[in-house]
Amino acid sequence: MRWGLVCIALLMPLALPSQYLVTLAMLTLVSAGLGQAWNLAGGFGGLTSFGHVAFFGLGAYAAAIVQLRLGWSPWLGLPLAALVGLGAGLLVGFASFRAGLRGSYFALVTLAFAEAFRVLANSLDITGAGLGLQLRMAPGLEAFQFVDRRLSYLAALVFLVLATAAALHLRASRFGARLAAVRESEAAASALGIDVVRTKSLALALSGALTALGGVLYLQTYLYIDPSIAFSPQRSVEMLLVAMIGGAGTVWGPLLGALVLHVVAEGTQLLVSRPGVAPMMYGVLLLLIVWLLPGGIASLRGRIARHA
Amino acid sequence: MPDFDIVTAALVGGVLTGGVYALVALGLTLIYGVLHIVNFAHGALLMVAMFGAWFLATALGLDPYAAVPVVALGMFCVGWALYRFVIGRVSRGEDRAILLTTLGLSVVLENLALVLFRGDTRTIETALSFEMVEIGPLLLPVAKIVSAGVALVLAGLLWAFMDLTATGRAIRAVAREPVGARLVGIRPDRMFALAYGIGVGCLGAAGCLLLPSFYVSPSVGENFVLVAFTIVVLGGMGSFPGALVGGILVGVAESLGGLFLGESLGPISISVTFIAILLLRPTGLFGAAR
Repeated sequence: MRWGLVCIALLMPLALPSQYLVTLAMLTLVSAGLGQAWNLAGGFGGLTSFGHVAFFGLGAYAAAIVQLRLGWSPWLGLPLAALVGLGAGLLVGFASFRAGLRGSYFALVTLAFAEAFRVLANSLDITGAGLGLQLRMAPGLEAFQFVDRRLSYLAALVFLVLATAAALHLRASRFGARLAAVRESEAAASALGIDVVRTKSLALALSGALTALGGVLYLQTYLYIDPSIAFSPQRSVEMLLVAMIGGAGTVWGPLLGALVLHVVAEGTQLLVSRPGVAPMMYGVLLLLIVWLLPGGIASLRGRIARHA
Repeated sequence: MPDFDIVTAALVGGVLTGGVYALVALGLTLIYGVLHIVNFAHGALLMVAMFGAWFLATALGLDPYAAVPVVALGMFCVGWALYRFVIGRVSRGEDRAILLTTLGLSVVLENLALVLFRGDTRTIETALSFEMVEIGPLLLPVAKIVSAGVALVLAGLLWAFMDLTATGRAIRAVAREPVGARLVGIRPDRMFALAYGIGVGCLGAAGCLLLPSFYVSPSVGENFVLVAFTIVVLGGMGSFPGALVGGILVGVAESLGGLFLGESLGPISISVTFIAILLLRPTGLFGAAR
């Protein structure tokens, strides 16, 4: 019953009267999917990352480079990007967690990785340096480019379903249970025989792979990527925000969070178009959530149930 | 291989830039050393200080160097109030919540500046902006020499304050042993707000000293966030001499990186230094065990 309603609600935007509105709905879904990808590590694993855009950018660049330089199909670019994200997640995770970085230190080191990748993309020939990479326009299913935004919406929906399936898996599987144990107490988890570094690195790898797929979706929608888009710190903040607003560590939190964030941002934009006002709401929302509702919107249900 | 004089010039230039960086990092290391929090809003607060100095210079004609005490005091009040009314309240002292609160603050401050001042970059010219002094084969900007000198003085003052005054000792007591400090009658929350205020106050001085040789824009702080954190981990979290030496090392690393790796790849020396220090020697070059 509940699943049916969710499905219907997610398919409704296909009936929206204008391509502009469908695009807004699509961007909300991509945002929800990216938030969910962040949530896999940041929520379920408690690994607060400030630099998740690193995986997004690596995925986008990997897919763009194999299309432009090697003539691969974007359909091959997708799994490749996921692999790149997975590998980067494993490497960053293993190096950081083995060195014992956690909390703020982990957040900062991810930020530094994202910045290092931005500088690299900005200076290497293979990434087109500061000019970025532009895909050839070739609309159609085989090039994974859609003029009709309803098809882009469906692609974003598949991405969100994939990310949500990963979250459901974390909630139900043995690996998810180990990850939760590590999040609650590393010492206790370690005493139970759980390999803490391995568990956390795998969570970051899963999260990195999905985030990289989000990067490919961006690339195939706009057909262009450059260092400041691919590795923008604002996108890292948005991923974190989507998960925190909805409820970090919950399955439906990121979808709720993306809806609220985009409605608030678009609403503010409509009321006041002056630059800065809408992004300022992001910061205000983050402060309000941390202050009043640290469990996110998803925790409201528990609160209401307790009061009833 | 660039010739010797160019390398020397880059080295000395790096040391001077490092002095300014050290000034930004002093406040950060104080806040970390006392409150054990990572102040992610540091860059945004530096931007606020720079706009403050810019406003005083353009509206009242106050020279940025003369404005150092004014802006430092103003920023102290800003920092104190932010801790007292926002950070302390919103975060309830949880590590992750504090980090997210300072992140939220930086987003709000940066965009508030964008709303108020638009995205333009602004510069001011002072008597010292283009003044150069010749030392041997080197031509050095006076503004940077002054900034580096002030950074040294400020680090000394901070050290003296923390070591020699009763308030400084109370702040250190709270940092070391919050429960014990409370037992002897020190109020931790007051000391935290005070320490945060002093750390942000240092940014007031840094903002004034940066303005003559730099520009100000709503996003200018982003340039300094990673730099300041790199310095602080390099010198050891919470150490004032560490911040000075770390600042100079980072300034030199950046300047040599630009020289040998080129302008676009050069900045990578900062993030790579940061990652390497955290992964290989998280206590910093001079830090004791965590």
